[in-house]
Amino acid sequence: MSEHELRVSKIRDGTVIDHVESGQALNVLAILGIDGSEGLAVSVGMNVPSDRLGRKDIVKVEGRELSQSEVDVLSLIAPEATINIVREFEVVEKNRVTRPDGVSGVLSCPNRNCITNDDEPVETRFDVVADGVRCDYCSTILRDDIADHIDV
Amino acid sequence: MRQDHLITATQLSRDDIEAVLDRARAVADDPAAYAGRHAGSVLALCFFEPSTRTRMSFDSAAKRLGMETIDMGDVDSSSVSKGESLSDTVRVVEGYADALVLRHPSEGAATLAAERVDVPVVNAGDGAGQHPSQTLLDLHTIREDHGLDDLTVGIMGDLKYGRTVHSLAAALTNFDVNQHFISPESLRLPRSVRFDLHETGAQVREHTDLEAVLGDLDVLYVTRIQKERFPDENEYHRVAGEYQIDADTLAAASDDLTVMHPLPRVDEIAPDVDETDHARYFEQAHNGIPVRMALLDTLLENAEAAEGLEVDR
Repeated sequence: MSEHELRVSKIRDGTVIDHVESGQALNVLAILGIDGSEGLAVSVGMNVPSDRLGRKDIVKVEGRELSQSEVDVLSLIAPEATINIVREFEVVEKNRVTRPDGVSGVLSCPNRNCITNDDEPVETRFDVVADGVRCDYCSTILRDDIADHIDV
Repeated sequence: MRQDHLITATQLSRDDIEAVLDRARAVADDPAAYAGRHAGSVLALCFFEPSTRTRMSFDSAAKRLGMETIDMGDVDSSSVSKGESLSDTVRVVEGYADALVLRHPSEGAATLAAERVDVPVVNAGDGAGQHPSQTLLDLHTIREDHGLDDLTVGIMGDLKYGRTVHSLAAALTNFDVNQHFISPESLRLPRSVRFDLHETGAQVREHTDLEAVLGDLDVLYVTRIQKERFPDENEYHRVAGEYQIDADTLAAASDDLTVMHPLPRVDEIAPDVDETDHARYFEQAHNGIPVRMALLDTLLENAEAAEGLEVDR
């Protein structure tokens, strides 16, 4: 993409999450717990052209460098995402997301009869299995509709 | 068995199972040797759902070991009806008892309870999840008749919501067993149970018709199909009728077939089966005593060992 096509300006310091599956940008922010209240400058691009994905979403967070463990959970909804750490307008680090062993407190269990959906002081916990995630409490497996169960 | 709790049958190895069943056999052979073994200890019975036999069976097993039991009573008359969380309830009860038996309508309740307390927790049924102590007595019953290897086992009825089925299927993967699952399409095993069976590489086949496999079975484990699982009563009667057996049905079975049921039964096994050599469900229920004695003995022993106390029997 050439300079004059850029829809949002470059950031000086922070994190650019690129190659996010189309439609998942707001879920990415939800998982990262970023809702604007922390005062960070956040730019979101949706359905922008991409050579690799056809269309993609892109998220830029100014003033915050996301750690690997923070972004790994994104692999569940944006497996193709790349994470660029930017300092002084330059990309100093570029990483792919990798699948974590488990995720805590991010997803709600789709099983209405799971103890985590009762009125208990408990954080949900899911193991990441072959092609989805699995509730540590009731063993329910969630595969295709993970983004629908983001609860942060 | 080096476990602190018994929450799910998937946690059990072959060695774990055999150790408890060996001890259950020893208990059955010489109950006097185990009488009073845990005098001074207290077992708490926390049943958030109605139960007759499981509650009485644990109560009896504990008392035969010399334990006292305390019972939370019915949910309606307890602090649960005032809105107390399970987490708080078990934390409080932990202070009153040396071990805790829990039944709860929500899946995962026993896992949560075990995270909240330091005393051993036994899952006596969590919703449509697991019922592993039932599985141990089921395995004891099968072992007494056939051993636990080189077997063909059929499990029939409500495989979707049947927690005894989920636990038994998982435990049988530790042995050389072909498993056949017989149910209406709408009550097939849930995805999570099939996932676990697949992961272990177990020999598993699913059927909608008992006739297709009856002649091959060493064990037929029958479970109740509940009316509330169906949108209308006619559909229930039509479907449930196909999964009922009587003495005539069993004419096509092997002479050595063992018929089991976790009880209570309604009409899925006709009373005329009781008179055949196949029926084993009442012995199965009675086996709850030595098996639960062996289980409690093991868990209390492990808890003492974990505290660094000398276990000298």
